[in-house]
Amino acid sequence: MLYIKCPYCGLRAQKEFSYGGDATVKRPNINEEVSSEDWDNFVYMRKSPRGKHIELWQHIAGCRQWIKVQRDTATHEIFQTAKVTEEIR
Amino acid sequence: MSQPFRLNKEGLINRNKKISFTFNGKKLFGYEGDTIASALIANGIHLVGRSFKYHRPRGFFGAGVEEPNAKLQVEFNGHSEPNVNATEMELVEGLSATSQNCWPSVNFDVGAINNFLKMFFPAGFYYKTFMWPKSFWYKIYEPFIRKAAGLGVASIEKDKERYEHKFEYCDLLVTGSGPSGLASAYAAAKNGAKVILAEDKPRFGGTLLTDDVSIDNLSGKDWAEKIISELKSMPNVTVKNRSQVFGYYDHNMLVMFERVSDHLEKKSKFTPRQRLWYIRAKETILSTGSIERPIVFGNNDTPGIFLSAAAKEYMKVYGVLVGKKPLIFTNNDSAYETALEFKKNNVEPIILDTREEHSSELIDEAKSKGIDIRFSHGVIVANGYKKVKSAKIGKLNKDKNSFEKIEIVDCDCICVSGFWTPSVHLASQSGNKLKYEEKIDAFIPDKKKQHETSVGAANGSFTLEESLKHGFENGSNLSAKITETKTEISIPNVNEKKYGAHDKFWCMPLPKNENPKRFVDFQNDVSVSDIEIALREGYRSIEHVKRYTTLGMATDQGRTSNLNGLQLVSNIENKIVPEVGHTTFRPPFTPITIGTIVGREVGMEYMPTRKTPMHEWHEKNNAVFVDAGAWKRPRYYKEGNETLFEASKREAKNVRENVGICDVTTLGKIDIKGPDAAEFLNRVYTNAWMKLPIGKARYGLMLREDGIVMDDGTTTRISENHYHMTTTTAQAANVLSHLEYYLQIVWPELNVNVVSTTEQWAGAAIAGPKSRDMLSKLYPDLDVSNEALPFMGYKEAEFFGVPSRIFRISFSGELAYEINVKSDHGMFMWEKMMEVGKEFGNQPYGTEALSTLRIEMGHVAGPELDGRTIPSDVSLNGLVSKKKDFIGKNSLGREAFNVESRQKIVGLIPIDRKSSIPEGSHIVQDQNAKLPNPKLGHVSSSCWSVENNNPFSLAIMKDGKNMIGKKFFAVSPLKNKSIEVEVISSHYVDPEGKRVRS
Ligand SMILES: [Zn+2]
Repeated sequence: MLYIKCPYCGLRAQKEFSYGGDATVKRPNINEEVSSEDWDNFVYMRKSPRGKHIELWQHIAGCRQWIKVQRDTATHEIFQTAKVTEEIR
Repeated sequence: MSQPFRLNKEGLINRNKKISFTFNGKKLFGYEGDTIASALIANGIHLVGRSFKYHRPRGFFGAGVEEPNAKLQVEFNGHSEPNVNATEMELVEGLSATSQNCWPSVNFDVGAINNFLKMFFPAGFYYKTFMWPKSFWYKIYEPFIRKAAGLGVASIEKDKERYEHKFEYCDLLVTGSGPSGLASAYAAAKNGAKVILAEDKPRFGGTLLTDDVSIDNLSGKDWAEKIISELKSMPNVTVKNRSQVFGYYDHNMLVMFERVSDHLEKKSKFTPRQRLWYIRAKETILSTGSIERPIVFGNNDTPGIFLSAAAKEYMKVYGVLVGKKPLIFTNNDSAYETALEFKKNNVEPIILDTREEHSSELIDEAKSKGIDIRFSHGVIVANGYKKVKSAKIGKLNKDKNSFEKIEIVDCDCICVSGFWTPSVHLASQSGNKLKYEEKIDAFIPDKKKQHETSVGAANGSFTLEESLKHGFENGSNLSAKITETKTEISIPNVNEKKYGAHDKFWCMPLPKNENPKRFVDFQNDVSVSDIEIALREGYRSIEHVKRYTTLGMATDQGRTSNLNGLQLVSNIENKIVPEVGHTTFRPPFTPITIGTIVGREVGMEYMPTRKTPMHEWHEKNNAVFVDAGAWKRPRYYKEGNETLFEASKREAKNVRENVGICDVTTLGKIDIKGPDAAEFLNRVYTNAWMKLPIGKARYGLMLREDGIVMDDGTTTRISENHYHMTTTTAQAANVLSHLEYYLQIVWPELNVNVVSTTEQWAGAAIAGPKSRDMLSKLYPDLDVSNEALPFMGYKEAEFFGVPSRIFRISFSGELAYEINVKSDHGMFMWEKMMEVGKEFGNQPYGTEALSTLRIEMGHVAGPELDGRTIPSDVSLNGLVSKKKDFIGKNSLGREAFNVESRQKIVGLIPIDRKSSIPEGSHIVQDQNAKLPNPKLGHVSSSCWSVENNNPFSLAIMKDGKNMIGKKFFAVSPLKNKSIEVEVISSHYVDPEGKRVRS
């Protein structure tokens, strides 16, 4: 079971969180024209990398904040966590 | 009542407390501190089971977790447990053990005929033999295999025991209380670290209990006792015996299995039987020790053949002799300690040593005590069927592949030692790639993967001095990094015997024309010839050889067989062992009970139960409940002998004719506040929200970004910047997360807050043509006329002195209202409604009637919004704004969503107006067409229309609207039904929606 550091609450067990997918995807702006290719990329196209992956998790059984987690998809090692407003490099 | 094989003094058992038990019906006794195995051996009983495949007689082989044979069905404390390791289970008063896998008895087993039909059971015999003809599989092969291959019998009784889970956090977890574990725990404790020390066995000390050593002038056992009592007195240390750490998971999470009360005769009511510990450790010391491996020889599975260290443990811990005429068969010095222990107890052993004559401290001592040592010797084959009677032994030539001399010696037990295998299971589970250590012919942990540090024998260090040193050093260094305190500890003086080098010899050759079975894996009956066959047939990968032969796949996980199997494969393949590689180690290390895994999450505690504030009333009034997620909702209120069908029809009819009330507390409710709340709703919903006046509700539709309908519900503007959103019961949690996602990540600039208020409000719907009359009685001071409170109107008013919210919304298609009060007032509201509603013919209605009402009105719900439909599929395109942007809008333009023949919602009625159409039925043109019959759609919801008094269904159908008036078949292979149906509009009742506005 993963041990995830919520930037608001500290280290918590995985069962308090739910997974939210790739955190690097940016939604096209509302009320702006978007090509169907860009839209399809946003809705459907995801990389499935082996190794480092920046992803979203929500601390549903805690502070309910969405957070960013940089995790190795092969080893589950977590390198960094951050608030969604912060950058992970 | 004498025990012929019990020593007079030796052992750590309590001779003042006799414990009686039975084995295969025979009354026996042992002492407190015995295992089932030690008590049986003390009574001279060795034949305890039959082997898996050949039903060969089997006895004890080990003295702990390594035991491959002695698995018993054990009844104690009122339950029956299969596959219990007799070498681990402690004796308790009244316990009754029986042999498994034998019929009619362990002494005469019909299945043993398999032993003489060996050609029938070669490697891969399941794959080869039972392939054809196909029909034989069900009728003959499977029942036969099931009967023959059985281990114990699982109980079908409800498990009355209590099991618990516990979560714990520590700086250092130490797994095993042998010398290196004790040293690590002690050093870390002295540094102030929070330490958990776990020992699988009832007694602490590991090999210190059986090895002839001294530490600081104390015997190993006394030193262990001293350290343990000091650790127990320290507040930062938890010491646990009968507790096995069996799994090493991600992020240094380890799981431990504690046998809390299996060894107790009586326990208090709430003492659990077993407990599962989830331990998150900052650092882990793996001091799991090592397990002796055997040398392979002919008939090496005969009862009376033991691992040499097990024989020593039976003497030193249990005061039991495994035999009185022992042969010690070894390739190393450690078995000499067993021989010396026999000698000490006045038993004369013969040592057969595969090594050439040489000298070491232990050999010299054995010689000086006059023990018969025969170098370059080994056991070729054991004689005796149910017990060893003699052994054919041979003097090996220089190359150790043939014999210079063969003779037969009498013996009643053979104690075999093929050197030591570190227990690297936990290290491997942590992700540690193991490395092969040539010096000890075994794998040891390599570079750290998580925070695991292996010490002592688990790391391949087989001397006490080294084990203690590594233990103290690692315990101290690892904990000092955490506590930033370092207490100097002087490493104690150690007195131990020096071992000479072992012989890399693991399997006895056979003389010409002799072919006894030589087992590698005892529990799964895998012999040398089975592995040879697998390789001859072309299996190369060790993982494939393992699966084809089942080598190492039994519940003992090949603890005594894996390395010998690898040696055999590498010999035949002319490879070295590390090239062959090892198979994967998986948790649990030893079998654990299902009860422990489940813990307290059984029955009612399986998941939380959510009840509405009116639940008790429903219960008292014969509600039959249905699960809606964790919620309990009344499905119908049973009157007399009514069936579900009759009751729901009565309730629905009453709503259409009079008035009914329904508990709608379970609907999701979300409070939305902030100056940008309208803008936010406008982006979340497909329809327009900027101009909703205060005091008005609106029906809204929510999509996912891929254009699929996510949820629907009404949202009401309570005040300028305050909205009250409702969701379906099922989607409540998802919708909240969805809103939070957009507010926190996508549009953080919007000044809006959302919070769930589902638990804060109790809700009741009042529906039916007489609902306004009833409402006016509930609110005598309020104008509830159609003008004052129109459809989609909202008011706040006192409900008999209690604040309440009134929404004029309808799910049933009738004139209807929904009243919300604070949860604490829910019961009060409900009872008042029942009282006031009497004169209008009010009746409560459940979810079944609720479904009927919405289906015949053509209102869509979960079965239609099934994650595959877009708004136009379910006739909700009127709610999709063309002017503004919203979540999912861009997807609605996708080509596939706009083809003419796309699926659409329709209504179905049976041609005979009688036959109910099963939900999930497929709609086809020709019910007799050849398979695969083209599917035109499916039936999503079905009801008995109370308005028209015939069945009616909603369906999602290809090119739906153009099919109206045509006839098809609704076929349900599940129910074996085919019903001719006509397609009609999905709005079966009141298509103009006049009633809700009346
Ligand atoms: Zn949090």
